[in-house]
Amino acid sequence: MTGNDKAPETVRILGPDGTVEDPAAREALDLKEEDLRALYRFMALARQVDLECTALQRQGELAVYPPLIGQEAAQVGSAYALAEEDFVFPSYREAAVALVRGIDLVEYMHFHRGTRHGGITDPIGKRFAEISVPVSSQTLHAVGWSMGARKDNLNACSIVYFGDGATSQGDFHEACNFAGVFGAPVIFFCQNNGWAISVPTEKQTAGAISEKAVGYGFPGVRVDGNDVLATYMVTREAAQRARTEHVPTLIEAVTYRMGPHSTADDRSRYQPTEQIESWQAQDPLVRYRAFLEAEDAIDATFLDQVEKDAKELAATIRAGIAGAPPRDVREMFDWVWAEVPPVLQRQRDEVTELLRGHEGPDA
Amino acid sequence: MPEITMGQAINEALRFSLAEDDRVLILGEDVGKLGGVFRITDKLQAEFGDDRVFDTPLAEAGIMGVSIGLALAGWKPVPEMQFDAFSYPALDQVICHVGKYRFRSANTASMPIVMRIPCGGGIGAAEHHSESPESYYAHTSGLKVVIPSTPLDAFNLMVRAIRDPDPVIFFEPKGRYWSKESGELDPNGLPIGASRVVREGTHGTLVTWGGMLPRCLAAAEAAAEDGVELEVLDLRCLVPLDVDGLVASAKKTGRVVVVHEAPMTGGFGGEIVARVVEEAFDHLEAPVLRVTGYDLPYPPATVEEHYLPSVERILLAVQKTLNH
Repeated sequence: MTGNDKAPETVRILGPDGTVEDPAAREALDLKEEDLRALYRFMALARQVDLECTALQRQGELAVYPPLIGQEAAQVGSAYALAEEDFVFPSYREAAVALVRGIDLVEYMHFHRGTRHGGITDPIGKRFAEISVPVSSQTLHAVGWSMGARKDNLNACSIVYFGDGATSQGDFHEACNFAGVFGAPVIFFCQNNGWAISVPTEKQTAGAISEKAVGYGFPGVRVDGNDVLATYMVTREAAQRARTEHVPTLIEAVTYRMGPHSTADDRSRYQPTEQIESWQAQDPLVRYRAFLEAEDAIDATFLDQVEKDAKELAATIRAGIAGAPPRDVREMFDWVWAEVPPVLQRQRDEVTELLRGHEGPDA
Repeated sequence: MPEITMGQAINEALRFSLAEDDRVLILGEDVGKLGGVFRITDKLQAEFGDDRVFDTPLAEAGIMGVSIGLALAGWKPVPEMQFDAFSYPALDQVICHVGKYRFRSANTASMPIVMRIPCGGGIGAAEHHSESPESYYAHTSGLKVVIPSTPLDAFNLMVRAIRDPDPVIFFEPKGRYWSKESGELDPNGLPIGASRVVREGTHGTLVTWGGMLPRCLAAAEAAAEDGVELEVLDLRCLVPLDVDGLVASAKKTGRVVVVHEAPMTGGFGGEIVARVVEEAFDHLEAPVLRVTGYDLPYPPATVEEHYLPSVERILLAVQKTLNH
């Protein structure tokens, strides 16, 4: 028997077919009809962006891309619950969060093209940290930022995104411990998508992820990660708790990685077909659209417009990626320290000389 | 002029910086009420409050990881690692993020963090308390790596490190904590990136840093009795390295011996030898030699004096270069 057999209750507002399972929670949501539509629009845009980027990788325009397909509700719902001054610490699969937060997705995708690292220019101003690849390392940054925000009496919290595999890392546990000890206004948002590359969640941890919060002295919540209203609601509550009570929250959004770990992965070697099929039947977009239609919140005009916007965004990303002019290679020397030290300047000069040689004697 | 120890000088530098810039924070294990196991943060919490000087849980990766977040929130963290070997759990954060954040943000976000690490041996400490890990850090781009050898320079370097917009790994040779020096505490001394000629000489150069400076000076004294004038160069900063200062001294004396506590293989002495050979080859009278710790784990306290470069070993190396 594993801890998962005694899984904690899962917060859910919409059932897999889009019917309202928790009418009281639905009524209590502070979402106007335009918000309900915005949630759908972001999810649809994210899906299109994701498909486009996978295609761009296949066509050699991106080096590698980690698809988020299937996780739109977890990402959009949680990101939509944040306030402007809140700070997002992503891992590397959060393009939908970036979209909701107004991040320039062309620049963001240049990370995956291998044009530059990090992906975010002016992370402090944009309240969106650099894309973080070392699994779980960013959990500590989110805690540190929120400790600092609290010292400044900001009415803000941070949220950090990570996966089920990240909960095996020491950094995650140190982050939870620091957050509990210092009363850091932070939200730990775990997207449990079932797989850390080829290793299933039950081989990462014998207990329930959300329940790990108990040992650190703050609440943990398990939510249906494919229910955008539920992920919005629990994140909204966690943000409120963080800002006003300085209490962290660990949210485990149970979802499913409907794509490969990355475009370099072959999931047919380990992901059971029947599992994929069962989760396809719980597609977060289909579910939410059924809800919106039942609520009469959307019509054909809206859906047409969303489709048009999504294609336009995908085209913008394609144009911005494939059509990007080469950057000055010497940037890599200029971005290490505030001032280029003499030892590095000599190396920079060598590159300048070599470039001059390649350009020919007249350059 | 009052005498001050290196430990007191660093304490004064932290006090100076906390007063100078209200964004400076001190955090680490036991840095609060206790003032650190070496008392380097003594009384700072009482003076500046526990919002700015605070104890953390016992987790070095956590300390460095939250320092990164604090920096992104506009603070200037000065995290303390209690001992050299206890900085290793934090290496992932230092290598993957601290040294790379400016690079990853296209030069828009810096990491003004000063990571303090007491280092080196010679104090009869237990296992894991006497190591010299400077090469790990010096090999990581994006960091600055400094190590003072005297109290007054420790004050100067610490204030400068905290003012620096980039991350600085600040090694404190713990064997020198109780060494004394007289003079004004002045943050306007040599900048980061400059080496210092501690003793002028003409027959050879001893290149060193941190805890080995006194032994190099003692060796130079002994050599002088035999009419051999050794120059002693204190690098102070491994990154950025003062190649010009190093090469100038090598060209002047024609003989170079590098002295450091860390093991020889992969040690920073190799870098010094390479720079000298690359840029002063035609001026050399003899091979460049290294006197270092041996290629083994830092040994138990009862035998550490056989491991650390001794005045005798330094003089033997000098003699070799003279005999060449």
